[in-house]
Amino acid sequence: MTAETPVPSPSPSPAASAAAPDSGTPEILTGSGAIIRSLELLGVTDVFGLPGGAVIPLYDELMSQTAIRHILVRHEQGAGHAAEGYASASNRVGVAIATSGPGATNLVTAIADAYMDSVPILCITGQVFSTLMGTDAFQEADIVGITMPITKHSFLVKRPEDIPAAIASAHLIASTGRPGPVLVDITKDAQQKSAPFIWPPKLDLPGYRPVTKPHGKQVQAAAQLLAEAKKPVLYVGGGVIRARASEELLTFAELSKTPVVTTLMARGAFPDSHDQHLGMPGMHGTVSAVLALQEADLIIALGSRFDDRVTGKVSEFAPHATIVHVDIDPAEIGKIRAADVPIVGDAKEVIADLTVAYAAAITTTTPDVSVWWTYLKGLRDEFPLGYSEPTDGLMSPQFVIQRIGELTGPEAVYAAGVGQHQMWAAQFIKYERPNSWLNSGGAGTMGYSIPAAMGAKVAEPDRVVWSIDGDGCFQMTNQELATCTINNIPIKVAIINNSSLGMVRQWQTLFYDGRHSFTDLHTGHGSAMVPDFVKLSEAYGALAIRVTSPDQVDDAIKLALATNDRPVVIDFIVSRDAMVWPMVPQGVSNSYVQYAKDHAPTWEEE
Amino acid sequence: MSTHVLSLLVEDKPGLLTRVAGLFARRGFNIESLAVGHTEVPGLSRITILVDVEDAPLEQVTKQLNKLINVIKIVELDPAQSVQREHLLVKVRADNTTRSMVLEAVTLFRARVVDVSVDAVVIEVTGDSGKTQALLRVLEPYGIKEIAQSGLLAIGRGSKSISERIFKN
Repeated sequence: MTAETPVPSPSPSPAASAAAPDSGTPEILTGSGAIIRSLELLGVTDVFGLPGGAVIPLYDELMSQTAIRHILVRHEQGAGHAAEGYASASNRVGVAIATSGPGATNLVTAIADAYMDSVPILCITGQVFSTLMGTDAFQEADIVGITMPITKHSFLVKRPEDIPAAIASAHLIASTGRPGPVLVDITKDAQQKSAPFIWPPKLDLPGYRPVTKPHGKQVQAAAQLLAEAKKPVLYVGGGVIRARASEELLTFAELSKTPVVTTLMARGAFPDSHDQHLGMPGMHGTVSAVLALQEADLIIALGSRFDDRVTGKVSEFAPHATIVHVDIDPAEIGKIRAADVPIVGDAKEVIADLTVAYAAAITTTTPDVSVWWTYLKGLRDEFPLGYSEPTDGLMSPQFVIQRIGELTGPEAVYAAGVGQHQMWAAQFIKYERPNSWLNSGGAGTMGYSIPAAMGAKVAEPDRVVWSIDGDGCFQMTNQELATCTINNIPIKVAIINNSSLGMVRQWQTLFYDGRHSFTDLHTGHGSAMVPDFVKLSEAYGALAIRVTSPDQVDDAIKLALATNDRPVVIDFIVSRDAMVWPMVPQGVSNSYVQYAKDHAPTWEEE
Repeated sequence: MSTHVLSLLVEDKPGLLTRVAGLFARRGFNIESLAVGHTEVPGLSRITILVDVEDAPLEQVTKQLNKLINVIKIVELDPAQSVQREHLLVKVRADNTTRSMVLEAVTLFRARVVDVSVDAVVIEVTGDSGKTQALLRVLEPYGIKEIAQSGLLAIGRGSKSISERIFKN
């Protein structure tokens, strides 16, 4: 099992047999050496980390090898998000290393984030000497205990001979089935002591058997439902991207002419330019995507999990829809909404099987979705994504983000922070390929963007990588600009600077009588501008540009695209009054989607 | 709410109980009783959990437990198709005036006295929870000083075993 293995294997198998050393007497390695050799044999080429007392032995070995590039971050959270960005952009396992105690706890936010968004990352943490564990030793934290609810699995290793199996198992678990974060906590004495290095190790995971092959009868039932449906929708989630199933999805959708919606986690899984694409559903989805789901008679959920930001009030979500739910994680099926046809399997295999089954089904049943399409296209034409120019004379953030997408194109990677700019980046950049849109969807982690963009650029050095960030998010993780400058990782950062915690401010405007409690950050127009993002970015060695009017936008983006010898930061000073529309207010039915403030579309009375 | 008996076959690994118990707490499910012990297979333990949930959440509990890497198998044991037992130790006040009546109750319930002192006896009883609770009701008037009770243990009737089909591969 190497990092390049494209398809999750149905059962655990010994790792990398091809890379096994010659038989005979096994080499004696220190535990630290075994960690690095294991990673190397698993195909890992890049790791992000920061040393400390409990991982000095590991770092000593890292220094004396060349197979693995180590990137020294400035904060362990940055290492975690960089590993996520690396994994999300490339579908390879991202690796983060931290020391014990605070080093490990600094990884926690990134681990939680990876857990929510099913990102395959491997976190290696040092632990105090096994003899000191449990004594409140210096820099001791029970990181295995702390991360139990937010990891797919974790290992505590106290003996050097257990290291190869732990690393190989962790890598396998992280990258197969429903991907997720796996933590390996290794005591300092296990790193220091030596043991024979045996590869491939024997993996003993009797309780880990992800189901990838779907049940044939269920697939046939789903295909038959689709052939008979009058108002079907493909509700595509991030699982399609993790399963590398975009091609299969395109074939299936085009054969069946079914409308497609892509969730926040699935942007890029289906081309935005495709005529069958209605856009993003959910709280800030397009009117046509929201109402397509709401009024459907059949929803085929593909690697999506009926998140509350998609369904709105669950009891009133898609009341007339039959549900086909496809997921590799059986626990997702029926968790929120009962499934009429549950299908457990890998999205790539399921969609391929569905395509075959559908082709068979339409030999006897003639599908007719023409009325449905007429209605949906009417909605799409009447309520396209758009925005109105701010009345305060400042730049529109949507315009800035749209121009970044238009001038950079679909081959780039776009990593957003969390908040208004994230929604606008999901709406106004056109995504044509999977793994081009990275964001913190489930956890909503402010500060994700810069380190994730850094990780993506390391994984995909030939692609342009944009961090679309907010002024709030930027202040949480901008220290990684130093990492980017020193390690020649030329990411491009667009700060959508509205001088406030914009999404909270929007809710305060709409739902709290405009009482803007503690959402002013004083970074933008008419404020003290603390910090000055241009000066700060220059201090980090980046090319820094400030843009205050629309006529400067294109030139700044073009200069950023032309600059590849260092990071670029553009401080776009935008209006703070711009809001994210459309919007379904929290806790109500999706039928109440508002296209703009106090402007709800008409819809068929239920 | 209705009670269900889940039998989990698990790898005997450090932290396993934390993973299982933490999952119940995190997902908002309540454990009524829990018993853990070794099995006929070295390295495997069995956890018997009595949980009080409706059917739909029970399915979710089972699926979430199944996702734990160290959990190998889960079965729900139907009371009609399984033997279910609790073990109870109870210390009851018993002096010269009441001891004979306490001992009579012990006999009636086919329980056993395992320790006697001047003013108390320790009684051991095994049975389903109906039996143990009935004994406690009978003993209550004499004065119950202390109770130690095991979690429910359960095993399927017939010749099949929970670990049977796992190690064929």
